[in-house]
Amino acid sequence: MKDMNEGYLTADGRQIGGVVMELKDITLRFGGLTAIEKISFDIRDGEIRAIIGPNGAGKSSMLNVISGFYVPSDGEVWFKGVRRGPMKPYEIARLGIARTFQNIALFDGMSVLDNIMTGRLTHMKKGLIAQAGWWFTGAAREEYENREKVERIIDFLEIQNIRKTPVGRLPYGLKKRVELARALAAEPKILLLDEPMAGMNVEEKEDMCRFVLDLNDEFGTTIVLIEHDMGVVMDLSDRVVVMDYGKKIGDGAPDEVRNNQAVVDAYLGVAHD
Amino acid sequence: MPQWARRNRLFVRGRCRATGAREDNLADAVATGQDTARSIPALLARNAARYSALPAYREKEFGIWQSWTWAQSAQEIRALALGMLNLGVERGDHVAIIGRNRPAHYWAIVASQMCGAVPVALYQDAAAEEMAYVMEHCGARFVVAGDQEQVDKVLEIEDQIQPLTHVMYSDKRGMRKYDHARMNALADVQAEGRAAQQRLGAELDRRIAELDYDSTCVMLYTSGTTGKPKGVVLSNRNIIETAKASSEFDRLNRNDEVLAYLPLAWVGDFIFSVGQAYWTGFTVNCPESPDTMMTDLREIGPTYFFAPPRVFEQQLTTVMIRMEDAGRVKKWLFDHFMSVARAVGPDILDGKPVGLGKRLSYWLGDLLVYGPLKNTLGYSRIRVGYTAGEAIGPEIFSFYRALGINLKQLYGQTEASVFITQQPDGEVRADTVGVPSPGVELRIAESGEVFYRSPGTFVEYYKNAESTASTKDPEGWVATGDAGFFETETGHLRIIDRAKDVGKLANGGMFAPKYVENKLKFYPAILEAVVFGAGRDRCTAFINIDLSAVGNWAERNNLSYASYQELAGHPRVYEMIRGHIEAVNESIAQDPMLSGCQIHRFLILHKELDADDGELTRTRKVRRSIIGEKFHDLIAALYDGSPEIYTETEVTYEDGRKGKIRATLRIEDAAVVPGPAPVAEAAE
Repeated sequence: MKDMNEGYLTADGRQIGGVVMELKDITLRFGGLTAIEKISFDIRDGEIRAIIGPNGAGKSSMLNVISGFYVPSDGEVWFKGVRRGPMKPYEIARLGIARTFQNIALFDGMSVLDNIMTGRLTHMKKGLIAQAGWWFTGAAREEYENREKVERIIDFLEIQNIRKTPVGRLPYGLKKRVELARALAAEPKILLLDEPMAGMNVEEKEDMCRFVLDLNDEFGTTIVLIEHDMGVVMDLSDRVVVMDYGKKIGDGAPDEVRNNQAVVDAYLGVAHD
Repeated sequence: MPQWARRNRLFVRGRCRATGAREDNLADAVATGQDTARSIPALLARNAARYSALPAYREKEFGIWQSWTWAQSAQEIRALALGMLNLGVERGDHVAIIGRNRPAHYWAIVASQMCGAVPVALYQDAAAEEMAYVMEHCGARFVVAGDQEQVDKVLEIEDQIQPLTHVMYSDKRGMRKYDHARMNALADVQAEGRAAQQRLGAELDRRIAELDYDSTCVMLYTSGTTGKPKGVVLSNRNIIETAKASSEFDRLNRNDEVLAYLPLAWVGDFIFSVGQAYWTGFTVNCPESPDTMMTDLREIGPTYFFAPPRVFEQQLTTVMIRMEDAGRVKKWLFDHFMSVARAVGPDILDGKPVGLGKRLSYWLGDLLVYGPLKNTLGYSRIRVGYTAGEAIGPEIFSFYRALGINLKQLYGQTEASVFITQQPDGEVRADTVGVPSPGVELRIAESGEVFYRSPGTFVEYYKNAESTASTKDPEGWVATGDAGFFETETGHLRIIDRAKDVGKLANGGMFAPKYVENKLKFYPAILEAVVFGAGRDRCTAFINIDLSAVGNWAERNNLSYASYQELAGHPRVYEMIRGHIEAVNESIAQDPMLSGCQIHRFLILHKELDADDGELTRTRKVRRSIIGEKFHDLIAALYDGSPEIYTETEVTYEDGRKGKIRATLRIEDAAVVPGPAPVAEAAE
């Protein structure tokens, strides 16, 4: 393994920075059930970090711990050198963590544009009364500035043609893309993607992969993703954590993980000739 | 009021604009020395001075229409040209331009010409091998690519073509990781160009001054219906003379707006968005992305519009489908006023006398139906609309004219810089292509083939003297390859078919496949048809169904289907198509010359004919010989009487991978009408 304190260079020559988030001995219990048991790993600035494992391994729970939605029963979460305690959702968002969901969680009746605008809420300072004042209070200008940011994301994700379409009318693959757009609108430091490619056809997956790579490249966003498609994981990610029954059974570059016997036994399996 | 505005107001108020416009142009010519503009860059300089603060280009980006005035465009183009000089573009070099319609790509075209180089526009959806052929043939050392996808294609074929000196791209996205030794963004090329103004400015001015009427303006490749594409060299004379004549014909002026959405590599787009735009100084609007074209069309509301028949067909289909789902009152209003419009709309448009009562009810219809509908389609402001490339269905054509949209037809080809014939206002019909365009001479050879000679006639096919000689004779007459005739009473030209496709049936009757195919394609359910029969005793056909139209029909009739293939093979679909074919047979039987072309047997293809599989050209014309080879088993089955046939077909996916689809296709008979022709044949 490369020297992990100074960051490292990826196979395609990107410089990965220092540790942004460190998870130390995380344990998460729901009553008698231990969903995560003593897992430690770190997330570095600018990298694409994948979490893989069989169903029920605790991946989504882990993502919820990272996002701050679950408070671990034991262990510490360090974010940018500060130990993190329990937080409210808006505090999480302000820290610069955004996510997409395994099951799409958009506002069906609202247009794509409005849905993405909701991602800007943490960046809007004007309150309800100021917004009612509109022109006089500067709320209009604030809206325009945020709209501009949103338009850049729309351009980036190539969804100009559905800008004004109600989300409920869109096919699944596009909804996923809109959800990504909303997460991006918050200008996150760390972006958490829970199965971004699930249920997509090959072409949609290719598009999504390109978006993930491009946004990591253009905006320097750190990405943590859960994904079952091994081809996608091995191609996209810089480092992979493998979980099984709440335990970590592997951690490292895609190639190392692929050749790790424990991982092969638990998850990847052996190819038949 | 500035002078241009006053002039244009007169323009509109004058109504009979023909003489006014000519004087107007003359006045312009005298005032600004228009006669001296002998190249596109010279016209740019003229426009930058004359229309400096008026919009030349608009592009929707980040949800807002961004615009560039003529003066700004001239600066951008100059910066780009300097940047190109800086990269080492030499006189006579070819610069390949591959991308969608964006101002930056049009600038690259003009900037290349400024450097004395030849711009070559390529179809952006061309597969890598197709691109390799063109790039190799023209020997381009420089490439302007739209985005990462196009750059990837260029890099993929790099070892098949001559060494590239430099690749420029307009969209930076995803390009960061590429090796930038011989590659950078257009904006950076421009920045370097601006910095090099001191050093290279004089050289650029020298090269611009060298351009004259005979220097090459652009090189465009034919779509290659038969064989490899050919590079058509068009001079400044071709483009400017054509633009001038056609602009005067339709009184195009500075206040017109066009939407540039058709491929850059197509000669029509070049004439509309470069030739006529630079000649008249009107505004070229570029859509946000190919998918937003319809929305952008609505927002811009062009006054001058071109679309192939396919676009009008699709729009009409969409309108009809949506009206089927509309409430009863709305549907009644629509049906009632459309019948009013069909009866009197075209006459009102042509300025023929119409009774006051009918005028009133048309006016009411305009208020309630036509106006809102045109607004939805984006056609509210259209003054001149053209369609060409294929025959348009009479119902479709009259639908738009009935709404009050001045839709006309023209006939043209790349070798003519588009215009050969076009329909003057007031003389518009679905079945002709109009009278010769200004400055074009026409004659019909004994074989029935149409020949023309015009100022727009191309210079040559690049590196292909043989083809040049066989197409263009020493006196400048060019064979169109189409068979047609003049209508004696009106002087309008009618095109029957490709001259080489017009053949003979085994019994000696005339065989004109496209004539029959066009009649079939007028039905919304039929997307494409291929008719066989040359040298045979009777005609048969392949049919491609239109998935959106037939799919909607299936939904409303409670037919379930899982795939295109299944829908295409459904007995009820066969029944409907057979009905259409029999109706076409009846109409063909009326024409004594062609009644032998009635279709006896047909099958519905299990896949859509596709340009990626080589079955259509990029402009979606049927490639008969390739289809004949590829589906030879199906054709044999059409003639040997078998009721069904099992077949395997290779298909190419968009990313270039290949796959196979298997199907068992049914073949059915269609009733034919014994027309007067066989009797006439027998009598001979």
